[in-house]
Amino acid sequence: MEYVVEMLNIRKEFPGIVANDNITVQLKKGEIHALLGENGAGKSTLMNVLFGLYQPEKGEIRVNGKAVKITDPNVANDLGIGMVHQHFMLVEPFTVTQNIVLGKEPTNKFGKIDIARARKEIQELSDRYGLKVDPDAKISDISVGMQQRVEILKTLYRGADVLIFDEPTAVLTPQEITELMEIMRSLTKEGKSIILITHKLKEILETCHRCTVIRKGKGIGTVDVAETDANELASLMVGREVSFKTEKTKATPKQSILEINNLYVRDSRKVDLVKGLDLNVRAGEIVGIAGVDGNGQTELIEAITGLRKVREGKVMLNSKDITNHSPRKVTEAGVGHIPQDRHKHGLVLDYSIGENIVLQTYYKKPYSKAKVLNYKEIFQKAEKLIKEYDVRTPSVHTKARALSGGNQQKAIIGREVDRSPDLLIAVQPTRGLDVGAIEFIHKKLIEERDKGKAVLLVSFELDEIMNVSDRIAVMFDGKIVASRTPEETNEQELGLLMAGSKTEKAGDKE
Amino acid sequence: MSNKVFNIIVPVISVILGLIAGAIIMLLSGHNPISGYAALWNGAFGDSYTIGETVRRITPLMLTGLAIAFAFRTGLFNIGAEGQVIVGWLAAVCVGLYIDAPMYIHLPLAIIAGALAGALWAFVPGILKAKLGVHEVIVTIMMNYIALYSVNEIIRTVLTDGETTSATIAPTASLASEWLQSITFYSRIHYGFLIALFAAVLMWFIIDRTSIGYELKSVGFNPHASKYAGMNVNRNIVLSLVISGSFAGLAGVMEGLGTYGNISVMGGFTNLGFDGIAVALLGANNPLGVVLAAILFGTLKEGAGEMPTSAGVPTELVDIIIALIILFVASGYIIRWAILRFKKEEK
Amino acid sequence: MKSKKLLLVAFILGLGLFLAACGGATEEEGNETNTEKNDETTSEAGNAADYKVAMVTDYGGVDDKSFNQSSWEGIQAWGEENGLEKGVNYDYAQSTEKADYMPNLTRFVRDEYNLILGIGFELKEDLQTAAEQYPDTNFALVDDIVDAPNAASITFREEQGSFLVGVAAAMKTNTNKVGFVGGMRSPLIDKFESGFVAGVKSVNPDIEVDVQYAESFADPAKGKLIAANMYDNGVDIIYHASGGTGNGVFNQAKDVKQNDPEREIFVIGVDRDQYDEGAIGNHNVTLTSMVKRVDVAVQDVINRGVNGEFPGGEQLVYGIEEDAITIASTNEEAMTEDIISAVEEWEAKILNGEVEAPATPDELETFLESL
Repeated sequence: MEYVVEMLNIRKEFPGIVANDNITVQLKKGEIHALLGENGAGKSTLMNVLFGLYQPEKGEIRVNGKAVKITDPNVANDLGIGMVHQHFMLVEPFTVTQNIVLGKEPTNKFGKIDIARARKEIQELSDRYGLKVDPDAKISDISVGMQQRVEILKTLYRGADVLIFDEPTAVLTPQEITELMEIMRSLTKEGKSIILITHKLKEILETCHRCTVIRKGKGIGTVDVAETDANELASLMVGREVSFKTEKTKATPKQSILEINNLYVRDSRKVDLVKGLDLNVRAGEIVGIAGVDGNGQTELIEAITGLRKVREGKVMLNSKDITNHSPRKVTEAGVGHIPQDRHKHGLVLDYSIGENIVLQTYYKKPYSKAKVLNYKEIFQKAEKLIKEYDVRTPSVHTKARALSGGNQQKAIIGREVDRSPDLLIAVQPTRGLDVGAIEFIHKKLIEERDKGKAVLLVSFELDEIMNVSDRIAVMFDGKIVASRTPEETNEQELGLLMAGSKTEKAGDKE
Repeated sequence: MSNKVFNIIVPVISVILGLIAGAIIMLLSGHNPISGYAALWNGAFGDSYTIGETVRRITPLMLTGLAIAFAFRTGLFNIGAEGQVIVGWLAAVCVGLYIDAPMYIHLPLAIIAGALAGALWAFVPGILKAKLGVHEVIVTIMMNYIALYSVNEIIRTVLTDGETTSATIAPTASLASEWLQSITFYSRIHYGFLIALFAAVLMWFIIDRTSIGYELKSVGFNPHASKYAGMNVNRNIVLSLVISGSFAGLAGVMEGLGTYGNISVMGGFTNLGFDGIAVALLGANNPLGVVLAAILFGTLKEGAGEMPTSAGVPTELVDIIIALIILFVASGYIIRWAILRFKKEEK
Repeated sequence: MKSKKLLLVAFILGLGLFLAACGGATEEEGNETNTEKNDETTSEAGNAADYKVAMVTDYGGVDDKSFNQSSWEGIQAWGEENGLEKGVNYDYAQSTEKADYMPNLTRFVRDEYNLILGIGFELKEDLQTAAEQYPDTNFALVDDIVDAPNAASITFREEQGSFLVGVAAAMKTNTNKVGFVGGMRSPLIDKFESGFVAGVKSVNPDIEVDVQYAESFADPAKGKLIAANMYDNGVDIIYHASGGTGNGVFNQAKDVKQNDPEREIFVIGVDRDQYDEGAIGNHNVTLTSMVKRVDVAVQDVINRGVNGEFPGGEQLVYGIEEDAITIASTNEEAMTEDIISAVEEWEAKILNGEVEAPATPDELETFLESL
């Protein structure tokens, strides 16, 4: 069998770290080849070597059987290798066509940009691979999924035969993921070859032909996807057995911790997004809020935590009114918040991990005395937490930005849980994380429940809601429309409820 | 360790590169670079007089550099240091003129008045940004013009009767020192440089050692996360600009109570505030860096005055050479920033 | 963190030591230079080749097409006359900001110049201080008064010249609206404004004078803006007393002329004959200029110094009588016979004392009431 791209015994070192140690990947023509590994395992480094952004210390790269030296991305482009980056590199105010031709503008014989010709070519490419992209749309007007297709078109327009996808599904909705998989299949049908960087086992099992596993910088091996299953892949990736079903005992709910009555919250455009919501979370239970994104979940959480004004209604914590209290007062009253966007809301990325650990408590003793910080205490605390919560970081002085997503999230969870709040709010706590980290976080949430704390979990992933919650509250159009236990419902029913359909059960709201 | 060496080597190399580029320009235009630079050195450190003048010139630059660096560290761009200098100058001179008190009250009072005036001038853009979201760059620029023209008018109508220069402040409010002047051959050096150095230590302490600085930096780095963590973002914006403004106001105090002992109608900006931007950038917004950058900047400016007279290099050429040196120092930081960024991505 | 603290302490200590060390060295040096200079000034009077003259500009710079340039021309003319060399016998230092005046003045003292001229009232305080600190050097200040036995004050009767260009403007205007652009409101510029307004009103009290200040002597953009507004409002002649700012006034006048060559608009120059600034195609927008012969005055003071008769402590006033204030008539097309004869008529009245041109707003008020 002939390989289009071979990376043989690649080694890449950075000061103090071996990012890639003797890794071999061989890509067959017309296949979708997965590159599987935990966050920080070295997948992106390996692909950056192939794309010419890094030079390997050892090893050989062959394209169509010939040894090549890829010194920069232009060389990679000339060899027919294109990359669809995780973070799109698009100019927002430009149209799709303008973005695609950028840097490779076709010109007519007078040297003027021939945008009409480019537009036609792009339309043809789009039709051929079923991308359904409008060449005249502005980037700022199209969805994230569409933007990703523009990135795909960009590589195709530059004549790529080998496409590298760097965690393409991290930013997509489930519907968009399905469509992307379809597109990848049609690309391979047309003779293109694809490398898919991912840590999501489901995607690999559904679409890929073969899979190369990397663990901690080392190549573990390549397997045929048809001959494996999720359990095998997961244990190859993590290096131990992984349980997918979260183990937990039955909940023993006690007194009510959070009580919300008839809550109305407006968004920034002054439209009510939470419309008369009632919710109750008791000590010792995990309540999962299921719902499609945009049904008021964000506004609800912001209203509880004091970040957004409550227009009407009441939020009670431990029977005390905390409606419209400032975020600091709410925090001090005993609420922990693991926000959805850990980069924007959870961490100050330019602060060290140690400094981030005291983000809510820096002004209190022992971290601060008469406004003077005590760094010794701060870093001692941080040392303790990173051990306890298995945050993998070179030191507590490392900037939060330098950590992988999973470790950042563990640091946030460590910080929030350590304050021992009566109510722990976790919004999409496992988004974008690998199975190892997901397992850890779910375990921590359940531990908190077992310690008698109330946990409110918001997630758009039904798997997570079903696995972790003791009670599921379905949110639709600003209200809790149904309440179920995981045992008495299933994904089909929840899906219907989330879409606003009614099912038969007493106590459901309109 | 290697990082520390790196921190020192990069700016040093940049200065050398800038000097070489300046030398090439002097050669190309038919001037002798060696005598040119000798003149630059003599102009700044040639004798005790020039050393005194160089220290005098460095003093307010340190303070405006600190002002802008402080705001930068908290994510704000205070272009209004210029106006804050001017109002600080006026306030200090007014206290120096109209209040009668023994020195141990009068001098601190005049200094505090200048700092407060600068703070007040920065409070306006701060409150406008916090409450209405108006960008501080626009407001601070406008406040510069308001300061310049109003202060000119106040000098003409309130401090004097149509004159262009106020009376000289009472000696009890003066920072000038006969002793310092006598050892520097009548230069205008004054005790203000101690204030400037103290301000640098103060900034370091606030930014790096207190919970106030922790909050300010946090808000600067990421206002969203800071808000989630319970900090009052708006209050911190105002506080940051007010502290920044008081540093700039102190720079005006240096001129009012130290160098001149009076205030004159200004035909244009003092440029202290604008040069402070360059000083802050050169100093990487770090107090020690700002002190060193102000020394470099002040030395170049002071020494440059000697180049036309003793080396025949025209003033315009001198400006180009200074600009080149600064450009190279600044690009040194850009290079380092690029290297660090590259490293970060590799990880 | 600790190392940072240490560094700072070390730095402060170092600076202190450094200063102390310098302090020790200075006193000797200072004494030396002082004694040397004493010898020089006493022994070498009367010989131009041994006399060193320098000037310090204000922030307009030496090529301001105004009084800095004029002063420098005076010094250059003196140098050439005596076959001297720039940089050895005579030199200038350019100031870009207020903070430069003092070091520039001091530099020339230390380079042992005999006479140091400060150009512009901006330098008043610094020159005063320098004169007190260095009693063995001679100083002269152009445009304002200093009070020291070793310093001369050179002032001009700008109100006389301004009065005469006011007469010319009043004769020339078709719209009965003329304008005045000042640099910065100050006692000096008051002389220009008062003289000009008095001259205009003496010819025709009904003519409107629009007075505007740019608040800067070095902001041509502002000058252009003010001129644009004036010309739009029907003003047809603008007299500027605003140094570099005035270049903007000329630019605007030329722009207007270029777009509409038929329109009769003019600028009146200041300090030097600004005829060259007004040339646009076949036209010239410079009606006349209030010429202030700073060069004449400067040369006069230098020569007195060379001859050992330096007018230390004196206030020298130069006016029409001394030929230090004149009116340019280079633009023959615009300055018609009528105008010239009217100007000459008023000039005679000023010379024989019949008319006293007002130099301050108060004097102007009295003058206007007496009309």
